Amino acid sequence: MNDWLPLFVIIPLGVGFIAPLGSLRGPRAGGNRIPALALLTGLLLLGGSLAWLGREAAVYWIGGWPSRGSPTVGLSLVCDGLSQMLLVTINAIAFISLLYSWSYVRRYSGQPLYYSLFMIMLAGMNAVVLSGDVFNVFVFMEVAVIASYALVAFGTERPELEAAFKYVVLGSVSSLFVLLGIGLLYNLTGQLNMALIAEHLTGLPPTPAVWLAAGCFIMGFGLKAAMVPFHAWLPDAHPSAPAPISAMLSGVLIKAVGVYVVCRLMFSVFGMASPTGAAYANVLIVLGALSMLIGVLLAVGQWDFKRLLAYHSISQMGYVVLAVGVGAAVLAAEGSPSVAALAIFGGLFHMVNHAAFKSLLFLCSGSAEYTCGTRDLHELGGLKGVMPMTSGCCRVAALSIAGVPPFNGFWSKLIIVVALALAGYWGLAALAAVVSFMTLLSFIKVQRYVLEGDIPPRLSTVGEVPVPMRVAMAGLAIACLLLGVLVPLHKGVLIEPATTALTEGQTYAVRFRPAEPVDEVYVTVVETAGRVEP
Amino acid sequence: MTLGVLPYVLALVLTFIGLYVVVAKKNIIKIILGVIMLEHAVNLFLLLLGYRSGGTAPIRSPGDTVSAEAFAAGSVDPLPQALILTSIVIGLGCLALMVSLALRLHEKFGTFDMTRIRELRG
Amino acid sequence: MPPGMSPIVRTVARLVTGFITMYGIYVVLYGHVSPGGGFAGGAILAAGFILLLLAFGKVRTEQIVSHRMAIAWDSGGALAFLAVAALGYVAGSFFLNFLALGEPYRLVSAGTLPLSNASIGAKVGAGLFGVFLALSVFRPAGDREDET
Repeated sequence: MNDWLPLFVIIPLGVGFIAPLGSLRGPRAGGNRIPALALLTGLLLLGGSLAWLGREAAVYWIGGWPSRGSPTVGLSLVCDGLSQMLLVTINAIAFISLLYSWSYVRRYSGQPLYYSLFMIMLAGMNAVVLSGDVFNVFVFMEVAVIASYALVAFGTERPELEAAFKYVVLGSVSSLFVLLGIGLLYNLTGQLNMALIAEHLTGLPPTPAVWLAAGCFIMGFGLKAAMVPFHAWLPDAHPSAPAPISAMLSGVLIKAVGVYVVCRLMFSVFGMASPTGAAYANVLIVLGALSMLIGVLLAVGQWDFKRLLAYHSISQMGYVVLAVGVGAAVLAAEGSPSVAALAIFGGLFHMVNHAAFKSLLFLCSGSAEYTCGTRDLHELGGLKGVMPMTSGCCRVAALSIAGVPPFNGFWSKLIIVVALALAGYWGLAALAAVVSFMTLLSFIKVQRYVLEGDIPPRLSTVGEVPVPMRVAMAGLAIACLLLGVLVPLHKGVLIEPATTALTEGQTYAVRFRPAEPVDEVYVTVVETAGRVEP
Repeated sequence: MTLGVLPYVLALVLTFIGLYVVVAKKNIIKIILGVIMLEHAVNLFLLLLGYRSGGTAPIRSPGDTVSAEAFAAGSVDPLPQALILTSIVIGLGCLALMVSLALRLHEKFGTFDMTRIRELRG
Repeated sequence: MPPGMSPIVRTVARLVTGFITMYGIYVVLYGHVSPGGGFAGGAILAAGFILLLLAFGKVRTEQIVSHRMAIAWDSGGALAFLAVAALGYVAGSFFLNFLALGEPYRLVSAGTLPLSNASIGAKVGAGLFGVFLALSVFRPAGDREDET
């Protein structure tokens, strides 16, 4: 069964390479074959990731190298609880976005290229969450992120090009810092496999090199996760992309290549027992709290629908990072493990919920833009009369993000606030509650200006969006409701294995390391690697 | 003659020059050049990580009489070189994208000056 | 002014492009014996095509190496690489080197490595040339009046 793990990466990559052939007939070639192929691929991947849910952790060595006598030469794919949860999230949101793109992207020229870039981004994200090797994470993160740069600039209008250029420059600089960190880690430990790095790091004293590597990783992956000092690209890039791409970027990209890698590095590689881990936890708490607050403060005054949603993405990611950081701090201070598990559970659950409701919000804003041609809240109004399905889904999503029961946002925010209080961070718990209230205010404003009120005379003839877009939005709205209502049913299979994978951080090293070396030559190479004598 | 930490200092200086150019310059082409410089600095740093004093190139040719263990212990570490190759390719992709974006920006805005390309704010 | 560059450049380009292409193919094919391989050889191939484009202008080069050929070879090379990697499944695991390894330093040796190198060489050559071709359609704003 483990043989099927690479398929999560090969299949979208293959479809991404086939898709440009559809543009051989010219840049305006239409046709349904490439979109249908992409949709089928999305469905296949979603089915595969759901089928993988609940299995025990698996490791797959590419090329079968360790069993042939060379222990650390091979790359591994690791699928533990956290990877399974993220795989399901990524592929579900990707399928919904592909369904939505069926109608939405017809308005752009170069449709096959859109699907090619989308599939390559999906392959990159799947590979990042499945990879067991830190350099493989970097390479596929770059693959996914470069595809997203091109997708942000897809419409080639003025604001989109400007936003894409800023995104490219900032993203490149952060990726170079990640590469610097990887180089430092390789020099310290002589390994690139994350399990082996973890094993070697536990034996090392905390030299300044370890701190520098940890700092480089925070700078690099923090920018990808849009944490506050590094958030400046997100409010420009996410609104400028086409709506299904905004849903993918905000919904899964910042989680798969941002928050997931930070969690993996913090818990499984650096580990909570070392001083680096404890400091990492405190840094995450500070950054998370700042993101939460600044994101929502900047969002309240926005009048562009998608820009407002982008700022709320920063704020909600702050929730996730704060919760995970608090869990890590409790583990590092050797406090109660159940409180730490509760905090991490809340953070990861909020991550899944945010993927659902934020993607739905971006799809609704895309629907409003598709029919009305504008994103400005001043110019929209009264859509509940003319677009019943869109406005119903928009209401569901707004209630979810604001934290109204019985939708999913309420439960994850409640768990986060309770966990913060139990861990002793009373001020942060109060801050989380206040930010939630301000989110509610912001979305009351959105509902008032978009759904309620009178229809402006210019928009009185708009109708509902085409069927694929309606089905996509309805699917996500039902998911929002079910994720909230059916918590006792799905938590055991979806969120709890992920939480366990993080709280038992160092067992990652024990479970996923290769077997002992057999071949003498490779032993020599491994032992003398990573030590520099200038 | 050993160079000591001098190559590392060079990598550090290049990193800071690249960062300065990205942050402080206004011309889009100069910003792109700054990113390229930063990338070269990181590649240089990775290259220096693998060095072993007195090491040979990790290439064997026909007629080489050195044994496998001695070769592995005496050559420089080839793994960072593989990392650098990958990084160069990724950088090339990024550069192509940045240059095409710069050309498109010039087409739409008429200028390469970053301070005049500021439609998105708030 | 006719497209392309001066007659000196065009004559030299005519003489040299064949050699550049052959050198590129050599670097690709001998990638498992000497330094080089897919990416380096592909970059050399792309440089040969770009020389054609610079020396003769877009119209004449499109008759030799067209945009559609670039897309086709790009996707084809990538799919060939994936196919070689996926064929490893037949022999046990993904990306396994399943062909006979042969003796070192020969051209036909090292299993699937020359196949992977060749497909990457095709992809990189076609891809870099395609990028240059796509960038060559841009004209700076305000240059339109200068065309005679």
